[in-house]
Order: sequence, then C-alpha cells, then structure tokens
Amino acid sequence: MSHVKGLKCRECGRTYAKAPIYVCEFCFGSLEVVYDYAAIGKTLTRETIASRPPSIWRYRELLPIDGDPTVGLYSGFTPLVAAHNLARELGLREVYVKDDANCHPTLSFKDRVVAVALTKAKEFGFDTVACASTGNLANSVAAQAAQAGLKRVVFIPADLETGKVIGSLIYDPQVVAVEGNYDQVNRLCSEIASKYNWGFVNINLRPYYAEGSKTIAFEVAEQLGWRTPDHIVVPAASGSLSTKVWKGFTEFDKLGLISGARVKVHLAQAEGCSPIVQAWKSGRDVIKPVIPKTIAKSLAIGNPADGYYAIDMLRASGGDAEAVTDDEIVDAIKLLARTEGIFTETAGGVTVAVARKLAQAGKIGRNESLVICVTGNGLKTQEAVAGKIGEPVHIRPNLAAFEEALEKKTAGVG
Amino acid sequence: MGVKVRIPTPLQALTGNNAEVVAAGGTIQEVIDNLEAQYGGLKERICDEAGKVRRFVNIYVNEEDIRFLQGETTPLKDGDEISIIPAIAGGA
Repeated sequence: MSHVKGLKCRECGRTYAKAPIYVCEFCFGSLEVVYDYAAIGKTLTRETIASRPPSIWRYRELLPIDGDPTVGLYSGFTPLVAAHNLARELGLREVYVKDDANCHPTLSFKDRVVAVALTKAKEFGFDTVACASTGNLANSVAAQAAQAGLKRVVFIPADLETGKVIGSLIYDPQVVAVEGNYDQVNRLCSEIASKYNWGFVNINLRPYYAEGSKTIAFEVAEQLGWRTPDHIVVPAASGSLSTKVWKGFTEFDKLGLISGARVKVHLAQAEGCSPIVQAWKSGRDVIKPVIPKTIAKSLAIGNPADGYYAIDMLRASGGDAEAVTDDEIVDAIKLLARTEGIFTETAGGVTVAVARKLAQAGKIGRNESLVICVTGNGLKTQEAVAGKIGEPVHIRPNLAAFEEALEKKTAGVG
Repeated sequence: MGVKVRIPTPLQALTGNNAEVVAAGGTIQEVIDNLEAQYGGLKERICDEAGKVRRFVNIYVNEEDIRFLQGETTPLKDGDEISIIPAIAGGA
C-alpha cells in the first residue's frame, strides 16, 4: 500500500505523477515526494514501528515505495553509540555516534538510500541500474544490485581510494573510471541518463533515493527514546543528507511520534571542498562551485546540487556550518578510534572534527545532547591515515626478543 | 558554422525532439537569445524573470562550467560545444 501521492517541484510547485523523473520540466527545480500524512498518521504509531524488524523498512510508510520492499532488507538500524569517552574529550556530557560505519551490506549510509532506490527501480521495471559516485554509493549499488539480480554500471572519478574501487569491482558491475573529478563524472552521467533507459539512482531515481536518508533521523529519534537530540552534526557533499535528516525529524513531529523537532542540524565539510559552508558564512544566497582538493573524497562535490536547500535547512533548524582541514580530519579519525573504538572513513573525521570545533566555540553547550553522524567505514580509506598512525614492532619469534622490544618501548625508544 | 548546443530532455519538446541543435552567438547570452529566436519559449525555461540563468541550470562550454569562466558573458568561438544540464543530480 502506498502513501505517496506524487512528486512536486520544490521551486514552482508544479506536480507530477510518480515516474523516474527528477527535475521540474518547467523550471528545473528538484522534485520532492509528496506523502499522504493524514493517512499515515492513522496507522503509524511508535508501537507499530517498534514491533518491526530492525532495518530502514520499519519506517516504510515514510519511504516512497508502492509495494513491499524487495532490496536491502537488512540495511539501516545501526547502533547509536553512547560515546562517553569522546564526550569527555569534547567537554560535553551527552554525546552519541550514529554509527553507519557498519551499515549492511557495504558499510556506509549509502546502503539506506540504495535500498530505497533499487526497490523503486524494480517497481519501475528497470533491468539496469547505475550511479555517479565518489565511492560509497558505487559500492552499495554494485552490491545490492547483484543481490537483486539487476545489471549494474557505476561511474567513479579515476583517482578514488583502492578500497572503494575494489569494494565495487568485487560485485561484478561495469566500473567506469572517469578521468575527472566527481562533478565531471556527474555531468557526464546526466547526459548518459537522458540517452539510456537505466535507473540512475542519484539522477532519475533521485527523488526516491534521497528519501532513504531520512531514516537516520527516524532511528536517532527512536533510539533516544522518541525525542530529538539538541544537536546533530551531518556531513555534506551535495547537501542532500542534511536536508533529509531535518525532514525526517520534522515528519516524526508532524505525525506526533515525537513532540517537537527542536534539533539544530549542523553541516560539516572539508575546507578543501566547502562551497556550502562558504556560502553560509558569507551570508550570500549564492553557492559558488569549487574545484575540490581534500582527502575527504567521499565529500568532494564542488558543485552541490542541494546546496541551496541545505542553507534553507540551516536557517530552519538553527544549525551552523563549519569546515575543517585535512589535518583536523585525520586527528579526528584517530580521536574517534582511540576513544570509542570506531574506525571511520574521512567523512566521519569531518563530522567529529566539526563537532569538536562547534563545542570549542561554545555553539554546543556542555549540558546539551549531541549526535555525530559517522557515515562510512575507515577500512575503505586507509590511505588517509597510513603513515600517520603507529607501526608494528617487528621481532624474532622468541620471548627474549619480545622482552627486549618491550623494554625499548617502555624506555621510550621503540 | 556556429556552436553546438546539447539540449536536456525536459526542453527537447521545444526543439522538435532534437537533443543537439546549432546556434549562433559570440557569448552564452547571445546563444541563449539566438536559441529563443529559433525555438520560442526556450529562454524563459533557462533564465529567470531578470534574464539570468536559473540557479538550477548548469551550462558548460567544452565541458567547463561557465561559472569557472565568465558566466553569461563567456566568449564563444565557432565549433564550441555547449551543454545545458539540470543542476539537481548526484550525491546524497
């Protein structure tokens, strides 16, 4: 049973029937899914949700599918880790990590959006799915399409981390490595999408796909005992995730599942690619594209499609936007690992570092609650920390050698 | 001679379903005006009321975003290839 009424242009309000389209034919504004909240409100309760299996699909009434979910049945419902050690380091009382570093099946939050996109692709009858990706999305599309029996083509910038390339190739898709940055890959894919009848998850399936990101907010609210945190820090590439996290909290409020969406949604970027942060800080309503130069390759989108909406979201939620340097990102990756035993990729380093910056600036109060989104796994971006962490002590296989090494270590030599 | 312009799907109804058309003009602005003369109604779709390119439309000259060049006044020469592409795509 579907609660989706259709699609609506966010700019001019024109409405469209459910179809694999993503921009308003008139003004090129983005299309947003329209739900029948009155109908959803009649059936969706905390008890109903809590009785369902732990995946994104426990919130299926608020996801844009018509039939039963068919792809990504185990995606989502990742731990909300009470991060006491990290909290102490940040000088805060109540800090949580929303840990999508272990999302099923490919260890990033993209498994949420791809589960929705591919379920929708099957509903629309596509036999081939594709995406433009900085890596994580390609991994998830390749894996979930393999399981769903769909043909798969993923487009990536040619300079991606090895872990992210292998993390796609293993699922036997066609991987197309484009000589250029993500924005160039994306432009090419827009042209390919208009010529080939494929389901491009982040182009012609984008209105549906992006809705999957709301489940981070749904889960956080449910895991906190049906309330919002005071603050949440979200990484931004295109800006879409931040807008959907905010939308998720407001939908829960609208349906009475929580009372009030009083949460500041903060946006985090790497300094080497921070067009949204720059626009926010300049106070001007113009987002100037940039050529990305950062180790946070998963966030390296210089021309953010949802940048304007991310700025709207910051104003609506009362959030702030900050950028951090590559060194701060690496420090934060190490900090999270050292304090909470969680190894995040560069994007998680960005959110942890921005959270620290906001706490130091007094923008997150000591007694306020904070959720930090960790959206991907560090094993995929090992290049970012290689050479900046310790190294193994090499010894011969006998006790004397071990004790000699130990002595050196305690003497501060080794 | 002139420049080649790739037309995005939503606008192809205005160009007789042609995905690629030829236009004349020494700048992006002039090409948009020339497209309007050839295919009435096209300009209001690409530009807002003030005549500026809409914020959700990206224009590229030989694969380079005009915002990295000189915007609407970017100079063009014969044989240049122009793409008009909706901005809303990619990422999440």
